[in-house]
Amino acid sequence: MDQLLQHLLNALILGGTYALLGIGLTLIFGIMRVVNFAHGELYAFGAYMMYLWVMVLGANFYLALPLAVALGVALGALIELVLLRRLQGADIDTTMLVMIGAWIALQNMEQLTWSGVAKSISTPFPSAPLVLGAVSVSWGRLFVFVVALALIAATYALINRTKIGKAMRATFQDRETAALMGVEIGKIHTFTFALGSGLAAAAGALLGPVFVVTPTMGDLASLKAFAIVILGGLGSIPGATVGGFILAFMEELGAGYISSGYRDAMGFLLIIAILLIKPTGLFAQKERIG
Amino acid sequence: MKRALTIAWLLLLVSVPLWLTSLYVLHVLVMTGIFIVAAMSLNLLLGYTGQLSLGHVAFFGIGAYTSSLVSLGFSVHLLPGWEVSLDPQPVWLGMLCGTALAGLCGWAIGRISFKVRGAYFVIVTVSFAEVTRLVALNWVELTQGPMALNNIPYLRLGTPDLVEVSFLRKPANYWLVLAVAVVSYILIRRLVQSRAGRAMIALRENEPLAASIGVDVTRYLVLATIVSAAMAGAAGTLYAHYVRIVDPDVFLFIYTVTMVIMVVTGGKGTLAGPVVGGFIFGLLPEALRSLQIGPEIQWVIYGVLMVLVLYFLPQGIVPALRDWWKRRQAVSQRATMASAAPRTSMEAAR
Amino acid sequence: MSGETAGAELVVDGLAIRFGGLTAVEGMCFEVRPGEVLSLIGPNGAGKTSAFNAITGYIAPDAGTILYRGARIDGLRPSQIAHRGVVRTFQKTSVFMGQTVVDNVLLGLHLASRQTPLAILLGLRWVAREERALAEEARSILAFVDLEARAPDLASALPYGELRLLEVAIALAAKPRLLLLDEPVSGMNPAETESFMRLLARIRALGITILLVEHDMRMVMGVSDRVICLNHGRIIAGGTPAEIQTDPEVIRAYLGERYVRAQG
Repeated sequence: MDQLLQHLLNALILGGTYALLGIGLTLIFGIMRVVNFAHGELYAFGAYMMYLWVMVLGANFYLALPLAVALGVALGALIELVLLRRLQGADIDTTMLVMIGAWIALQNMEQLTWSGVAKSISTPFPSAPLVLGAVSVSWGRLFVFVVALALIAATYALINRTKIGKAMRATFQDRETAALMGVEIGKIHTFTFALGSGLAAAAGALLGPVFVVTPTMGDLASLKAFAIVILGGLGSIPGATVGGFILAFMEELGAGYISSGYRDAMGFLLIIAILLIKPTGLFAQKERIG
Repeated sequence: MKRALTIAWLLLLVSVPLWLTSLYVLHVLVMTGIFIVAAMSLNLLLGYTGQLSLGHVAFFGIGAYTSSLVSLGFSVHLLPGWEVSLDPQPVWLGMLCGTALAGLCGWAIGRISFKVRGAYFVIVTVSFAEVTRLVALNWVELTQGPMALNNIPYLRLGTPDLVEVSFLRKPANYWLVLAVAVVSYILIRRLVQSRAGRAMIALRENEPLAASIGVDVTRYLVLATIVSAAMAGAAGTLYAHYVRIVDPDVFLFIYTVTMVIMVVTGGKGTLAGPVVGGFIFGLLPEALRSLQIGPEIQWVIYGVLMVLVLYFLPQGIVPALRDWWKRRQAVSQRATMASAAPRTSMEAAR
Repeated sequence: MSGETAGAELVVDGLAIRFGGLTAVEGMCFEVRPGEVLSLIGPNGAGKTSAFNAITGYIAPDAGTILYRGARIDGLRPSQIAHRGVVRTFQKTSVFMGQTVVDNVLLGLHLASRQTPLAILLGLRWVAREERALAEEARSILAFVDLEARAPDLASALPYGELRLLEVAIALAAKPRLLLLDEPVSGMNPAETESFMRLLARIRALGITILLVEHDMRMVMGVSDRVICLNHGRIIAGGTPAEIQTDPEVIRAYLGERYVRAQG
């Protein structure tokens, strides 16, 4: 029973960051219809930026975090402007393949810069964990959880209570009408991609100090983000949040009670299962043809 | 003219082991050939049928593992007390099994793809490949996990008493791979230039219209995936019995990406595309390595190259060359017609 | 109005199509007699294309049955319905844009071919023979619609009027016994429309039954044996072209109440 509680607690904390990953991708995938294989690279980028600021440049941990996220936002905007802009109107295959190209380039540049050796980032938190009765949680993870929740709430507020959030929602629902109503689709795309990338970078910056930083850490992150998006429904922030937690729970419980080797397979099995049961995706509507 | 060129080209390819001194380059050619077969199979699915299957490496790996396990023999406990074992079988049987099992998995994916379309299908196929990799990594009893399957036997054909051909050395493998590649090419060409190929193209171009004229969507999606998967599986078996070591890394996403790059830059939906792309991206690593360029930079170059091709030659290299050739023909034709004496309108119209 | 006429080719009985809260078609009953040209008219949004979609299997009806030559076709897939001889065209121009004109028709000849995957892979002789026969047939279909000169051109290079002819050619290649044409002359100039009316007559002469959705009244009155008028998803009138033209319900549907009063 204690073990179960511990697993649940771990899952809760992991879920927060998964939710960030998922929200970022559901916005990008939902609004821009881009199969963003480079999403995980922004996650890795965030982690590496934390490493850069904290370990190499000796900056304060609490300052490094927003800096890493800001750099993630900037990289996202750059990718959108340089790569995706000129692909407006291209079919989904081409865009997807371009993102694969970006993914390859980014990961290998990371490998070149930092080498493949795993890097750890030191944190300002006490190493003794906080003990709550039968379960214990490290201060570092608690910090991650709190910040993740705060970011999720902030994103939700941004999408639902600001003008630009409204424009994003309009573009998601019906791009042509939104354009006719004066929404600058190009700007919205850049903003969306930057925001989504920033969230991924945040997830990486938060988890980097908890685990280790390697150039390939982004690969699984990308695929898990897709699992979360499919679980929660395209374009839905609450859905991605819930999806993130569900995935984390499945991984924790699966690793704990079945086998830790198959931990990462949980997400994929989930995807396959969902798409088989509800094959039309999560928005089944009668389509009009002709 | 075209026939003669093809035969000359083939004869050249066949003769290579006879005059090529570097065994290393021969090895590179064998590996390139294997990848070309895999790329051709992906082209059938990605190029002709328009299905974004990014899990293709799963079929390759399933073919490799199945063939290896059948020829090595194995023994697993599926449930406590229930042991399943197989004695080592001849390699050719293993290769057939590998191809068949890969084709079967293709059938399953094909059935799924009918229900799950577009981007979601991409994700399902990627997930399938990842799960296969994790199974290969973790089901140590069967696959030896990261320790890999070693000492995989090489192909032997014939009877020991009379004639026996062993495919142990590089030249023999080169010819084997060349033969498989040629057969694969012919099969795909037959398929594509027939009713089945037209049905697949119709599905890719305009699915509602295809359905309205009687194209059974499921049937042709499944056909495409079965043939495509079986061919990739065959490539996998060639790999297994040539390299003779198979580990879970064979399922890495990066190999799917390699195949995709070959098909896309070469020209998806064309017969020559994956061959051209395969040669470029099979030989390019070696060329770059000889220039002392490390693997990371190589991959950055491939990534950039693919993006550039997608921007400037979106159809791929082969169609771009074809268009260029056609335009040159048109220009020279106009020049000849302008200088020719006027003919009757009937002749001129032909 | 529910299949009483013996030998009715297509019988639509009680068809209803609803999209969430919106009702596209309700209680629709009509039949198509063999060899006739029947036109469906009605203002935009009256449910005509939805009815087409239901008949050809692109949408599952929420109620009602559809019988073709006595057998139910509601619930079947579009390709299965095409197999039975019911072929449609689309309101929005639908051809295989990236292929040549002749290849488009070849694609349409899918049902005419007997090639199986196995025969194809084995490279059997008769496959090549059938390919040659199909190529010839494609040419003759193109000649039938007056597009033979355009055979080697890419579909994307065709002007609008010829694209619509290509659409019909593709549909004809599928060997229909009942042909559903969805606004085939919309966007055509008068000369093209005239030409199309003559094509329709030729198709009809082949014994093909035609169900037509169209807005161009001249064409409708000129080619139809019978006309059915829809409004708000229901049939409001049916009869010969002459009867329909003076039907007050039809006038009300198209032009509003004032014109009905103006008439009578």
